Amino acid sequence: MSRYLAIALQTLVAVALAPALVGFIRWLKARLQGRRGAPPWQPYFEIRKLFGKEAVVSHTASWIFNVTPFVVFGTSVLVASLVPLIIAPSGPFLVGDLFATVYLLLLGTFFLALAGLDTGSPFGGMGASREMTVVALTEPTVALSIVALALNAGSTSFSQIVARTLAEPRAALGPGHVLAFAALFIVTLAETGRLPVDNPSTHLELTMIHEAMILEYSGPYLALIEWGAALKLLVFLSLAANLFVPWGIASSLSPVALTIGFVSLIAKLGVLAVVIAVLETRVAKLRLFRVPELLSASFVLAALAVMSTVLAR
Amino acid sequence: MAFGSSALIVMVVGYTGGACLSLLAPSERLARAFTALGAVAGCVGGLAAAAGVLATRVPVEAMLPSLVSAAGGIVIRLDMLGAFFLVLIAAVGLLAAIYGITYTAEYEGRHSLRLFGLMFNGFLLGMTLVPCAANVFTFLLAWELMAVTSYFLVMTESEHLETRHAGLWYAVMTHFGFLLLLPMFLMMAPGGDATTFADLRAGAALMPAETRSGVFLLALVAFGSKAGIVPLHVWLPRAHPAAPSHISALMSGVMIKLGVYGLLRVVVDFLGTGPAWWGGLVLAAGSLSALGGVLYALTENDLKRLLAYSSVENIGVILLGIGAGLVLQSYGLRALALVGFGAALLHTLNHACFKALLFLATGNVLHEAHTRNMEQMGGLIKGMPQTAILFLIGSAAAAALPPLNGFASEWMVFQALLSGAQIPQPEVAIGTPLAIGVLALTSGLAAVCFVKAFGISFLAMPRSDNAAHAREAHWSSRAVMGVFAAGCVVLGLMAPHTLSGIYRIVESLSPRTPPAPSAAVGSVWLVAPNGIAQVSPLLIACFLTSVIVVLVAVLRVRGVELRHADTWGCGRIQQTARMEYTSSAFAEPLRRVFSELYRPTEDLSISVHPESRYFVRSITYTSQVVPWIERAFYDPVARGMFACATQVRRLQGGSVHLYLLYLAGALMVALASAWWFK
Repeated sequence: MSRYLAIALQTLVAVALAPALVGFIRWLKARLQGRRGAPPWQPYFEIRKLFGKEAVVSHTASWIFNVTPFVVFGTSVLVASLVPLIIAPSGPFLVGDLFATVYLLLLGTFFLALAGLDTGSPFGGMGASREMTVVALTEPTVALSIVALALNAGSTSFSQIVARTLAEPRAALGPGHVLAFAALFIVTLAETGRLPVDNPSTHLELTMIHEAMILEYSGPYLALIEWGAALKLLVFLSLAANLFVPWGIASSLSPVALTIGFVSLIAKLGVLAVVIAVLETRVAKLRLFRVPELLSASFVLAALAVMSTVLAR
Repeated sequence: MAFGSSALIVMVVGYTGGACLSLLAPSERLARAFTALGAVAGCVGGLAAAAGVLATRVPVEAMLPSLVSAAGGIVIRLDMLGAFFLVLIAAVGLLAAIYGITYTAEYEGRHSLRLFGLMFNGFLLGMTLVPCAANVFTFLLAWELMAVTSYFLVMTESEHLETRHAGLWYAVMTHFGFLLLLPMFLMMAPGGDATTFADLRAGAALMPAETRSGVFLLALVAFGSKAGIVPLHVWLPRAHPAAPSHISALMSGVMIKLGVYGLLRVVVDFLGTGPAWWGGLVLAAGSLSALGGVLYALTENDLKRLLAYSSVENIGVILLGIGAGLVLQSYGLRALALVGFGAALLHTLNHACFKALLFLATGNVLHEAHTRNMEQMGGLIKGMPQTAILFLIGSAAAAALPPLNGFASEWMVFQALLSGAQIPQPEVAIGTPLAIGVLALTSGLAAVCFVKAFGISFLAMPRSDNAAHAREAHWSSRAVMGVFAAGCVVLGLMAPHTLSGIYRIVESLSPRTPPAPSAAVGSVWLVAPNGIAQVSPLLIACFLTSVIVVLVAVLRVRGVELRHADTWGCGRIQQTARMEYTSSAFAEPLRRVFSELYRPTEDLSISVHPESRYFVRSITYTSQVVPWIERAFYDPVARGMFACATQVRRLQGGSVHLYLLYLAGALMVALASAWWFK
């Protein structure tokens, strides 16, 4: 029961932390670019402001448009309850594994793309088409990275993978693990709409992917979608952090272990956020039709990860 | 008389009665009623028989050896595997028959509904007899009945050239498969008189390894042409769009599954364990079908062709499950192999449910929009809100989104493949992860495909007058679709229960199989073969619903003001449907990514004002994707056939004297050979 509570709590922590993560990346990018930038907690103000505003809905839109923000936020929260954050969720109340996580995120994207088409705006359609393209092309990489991890752990369950890596740290430093991490990191950039795949800070013509798809949203609906997207980023980064470098994650429910788990999660997310911020100031956005090349490179990395894991057994 | 055999008699009598009555009906209107009446009676009988077998686990047997004594007569034996497929056929058939009552009303006066009723009932009879058949003659009789009657159903709207082409393709491909079935059964039969399935099973056990592999290959190609695996799928995207929608639902949801049934019956039941390359070949065929099917579905603008290609994809997914099972079985991991076969059967069931739903919903759309072209639809959600939500449920299930049924079976296929990766044999341990990669790409692309199918057809503004004035169809057809949609949801949430039942069916095929590992019976979890990874569609649905309900409640309390306004459009005056993204445009990025596979033909002509080339008068862009598989494989064959036919035509001079000469020559040859072989 207390484990149940702990997972509910850490999900809430993730939901609460997600805007700060986005704010921190933005602040750091501004600093790296020589600007002062808004403070890291700025997204909280934005979300609060948006919740207080009215929502404008197109005449053309149907109920799909109104339902989508809830589905997107709901799937993000559900996914956050599945992944290892402070402790690795395990036990009989867990509703899914790695594959389920991927498909749940796909459910959110599916509805977002439908909502993009729903208003009849060419921007929405363009964003929906491109977002779905990118997501579809990332799927095989995600699956193979999962396999590379699952081959060592013998299971696609998060807790099993974490436990196995903690028990046999030498396997974690193997080439398979590192390659899978690299593949999953590229996928993280693509799935969460970061550079060089998509530019999160604009919806101008050149970058029209995620931001173009949600162009029609405003007010509380927009707040839910932005918050859900931030949560998705946090989930992906904690996956990359805790599946590959699980040290520090709480293995018991004692206050000390939980505190260590919390601090190490913040530290790992911080490191990855710095990496993303530096990357985003250094690289330019790829042309849309170069993105598949990046994604096929990540697929090759994942395939190599599987092969080296198989051969190293 | 036992319950099972009387139910089977009700089934046969129902279909036959329906066929005869509708043929003799005094009016077209009555013919429609009799068609449905007979089909419903027959399907209820079939459901009862199958339910009895599944509940008691005792097969129903019946023999009528005197009927056709030379070929061994009619032998019926409905075991658990057969009963599973019979449930599928009877359930989809029942609902399709009810749907057909109002759907075929528009044919009144244009096509003979009497003939249609005969063929519809004959088709159902043929399909239901296939899983009941227990000797070669009965099986082939039912198989051919199914093929011939469905040919006539495809040809219902034979006034269109396209339909006649489709019928030709269908007839050729289905008989190509039939042709291969004969040597396959001959190779297994130990003697001329021993043609019951029990004899074949015994005969298969005594065969040398090469013959077994030969039988396996013949079965894969013969049943594969019925199931529609790539590259034998060419008839599907032609025949499904040509047929009336409830016939497409039956063909796509059920008939192609009988190919899966045949494959399981011959390979798993008769042949049993084979070498690992059997599984590898099935995995390769499955990967090719899954990926090829979804890639062509993606570029399709014809809604029914899109669904037909999606069926090819799903057959691929089913084959991936079977292939994983065969590989695991060949390494002696029979308990794990059970998971592969179980996943395949679960997906068979799920696909029948959502594909039938999608085809029926498409039927309603066609009826209103008068076109299959998605570029002419749009905005249907306003005029047909219920059809829209039903189509959405089917689309989400087809895209394997949790918590619907497609997700549950794809998750099981993933886990079955993953257990293959644990085999310490490099080619297996690397081959199965590649199949996992293919499956993941397939499901990602399927999501794109169904966003397109639903989003372009149902959302935004109508692109034609017909689409703008679309209204809901008759309530009975919506009720039928509602049953299928409920099936998608319930089969998804209750997948663990269904799966534990399916495991029992697969176990019944080989009695010595140990029980499926950690197959949690009656719980809410689907469990991976290793017993650690688990997923619960029911709990996912509960959690998701509760999060959404809480969010909605919070926003209600705070109060959200909604203002309705025009879509934002960069200062343009009025929004029209021409500004919307089209179906072709939606698929364009992926078409470019996979342009090597599609090799599209493009034609762009721009006419400009004579004064200045900056004033464009009109732009015409046409692009077509012709599957190169057809060009590469089928065009040469078709050309060869036509060349042969032209040569053969010379024999028919039209002169009676010439034909008399042929007769005399044939007689001489017959006599000479009789004397020679005496």
